[in-house]
Amino acid sequence: MYPENLRYTKEHEWVLIEGDTATVGITDHAQKELGDIVYVDLPKAGASVQAGKTLGSVESVKAVSDIYSPLTGEVAEINELLSSAPEKLNEDPHGTAWLVKLKMSAPEEAGQLMHAADYQAYIGE
Amino acid sequence: MNPAVSLKTTPLNEIHRRLGAKMVDFGGWDMPVQYTSILEEHHAVRRAVGLFDVGHMGEIEVRGPEALNLVEYVTTNAVSRLEIGQAQYSGLLYRHGGFADDVLVHKVDDDHYFLCVNASNQEKDHEHISIANSWKTNVEFASDRYAQMAIQGPKALATLQKLTPVKLDGIRNYHFVDGEVSGVPARVARTGYTGEDGFEIYVAPDEAPAIWTGLLEAGEEFGILPCGLGARNTLRLEAKMALYGHEIHASITPYEADLGWIVKLEKPDFIGKRALEKQKAEGIRRKLVGFEMRGRGIARDGYEVLIDGLPAGWVTSGGPSPTLNKNIGLCYLPAELAAPGRTIQILIRNQPVEAITVATPFYKRAK
Repeated sequence: MYPENLRYTKEHEWVLIEGDTATVGITDHAQKELGDIVYVDLPKAGASVQAGKTLGSVESVKAVSDIYSPLTGEVAEINELLSSAPEKLNEDPHGTAWLVKLKMSAPEEAGQLMHAADYQAYIGE
Repeated sequence: MNPAVSLKTTPLNEIHRRLGAKMVDFGGWDMPVQYTSILEEHHAVRRAVGLFDVGHMGEIEVRGPEALNLVEYVTTNAVSRLEIGQAQYSGLLYRHGGFADDVLVHKVDDDHYFLCVNASNQEKDHEHISIANSWKTNVEFASDRYAQMAIQGPKALATLQKLTPVKLDGIRNYHFVDGEVSGVPARVARTGYTGEDGFEIYVAPDEAPAIWTGLLEAGEEFGILPCGLGARNTLRLEAKMALYGHEIHASITPYEADLGWIVKLEKPDFIGKRALEKQKAEGIRRKLVGFEMRGRGIARDGYEVLIDGLPAGWVTSGGPSPTLNKNIGLCYLPAELAAPGRTIQILIRNQPVEAITVATPFYKRAK
């Protein structure tokens, strides 16, 4: 369920690191907790984000939840799919429904992130 | 300490857990917020039928030759106009005119009234009514004797009819019958909190699990779904039905909440009457109004409302409307600005997002 090649945060985001680019999404556990997702609010490309600070928000039918940036850097790309089809976050959270790609400015921060086994233990699955 | 230990449960709690419901602490009650998906559950009610556990709601019984006098005194609507077997939406107010609760008053007999009240207010309501009881009539806190289920949607009647000899199409809207469901005594009321046709069923707690299971089986051919509090909230918002703690509370009067129709000033004295007479004469300062989002974003309870950039009111409920596929909400605005068609801004995470006031209800079922 939780791919080995991803890294995870306590706030239920995942990160895929390829070179100096980090793709960020929310975990399957997060989408299940949120329920039907109806709206995703993301920063614009070019925005700077800081590790641990708000990156955007995800709204389910019931409530709004913040997404925190796992890493520091600049938003290189946002997933346009989510503005027209936010429900994809429920269907494919670890794949096509990624949120943003970051150009990392402090790649060493990635060392703080959890591996799949640790994340699974953390959420008790 | 496990906080779940102190939560109150309904007789259907074990069934919800077996069905895999997501459970939440709802005002001290361990209740299902959804089973599979709020959207699916919402659509099931609008298109076919859904079943809700509403056993957390409170029941208060008032009996005796003076029962009418007491119920008339503690509620705003005209209890004397009820016939036996009729139910009435009403307000339970404080002297200053604010809501202690909203209630459904059922006339069981000339000397017997059955009140259904909100879960989180039930003890307070019982005390409120008892203190006003100068007639020394019998006021019983009866919540422990009842479970309650709501079956709602265009196929609710066909589903429930399989389990009861009561002729359901003979029960008019806001009327009820004491009969049997699945062979056990039940009060069957044509009431609900979804904007659809449907019934609310009151039974002894021990009987609830068998009836719940029987209804899910009976509704299978129609695509019945068990529905949680999440769908209950989106459904009632579309129908613009008030939720205590949101549209109505101790600082809000029925006139402000657009519920003037439940106030009968011509009836004899009732708690809050003088305050309401004064407010009616002077006019209200704020009023509940519906809105639709025009910009991207979802309004939520508590968000600030701006007009021309200045603070003007607050959102009482908001969210996506699955039926209309729009983002909707209710808010309080200065009365003179509350007409439909006004452009307002909702402050969503410090960003003003455009919305427009609209006529309500947002959704009304075709008769």
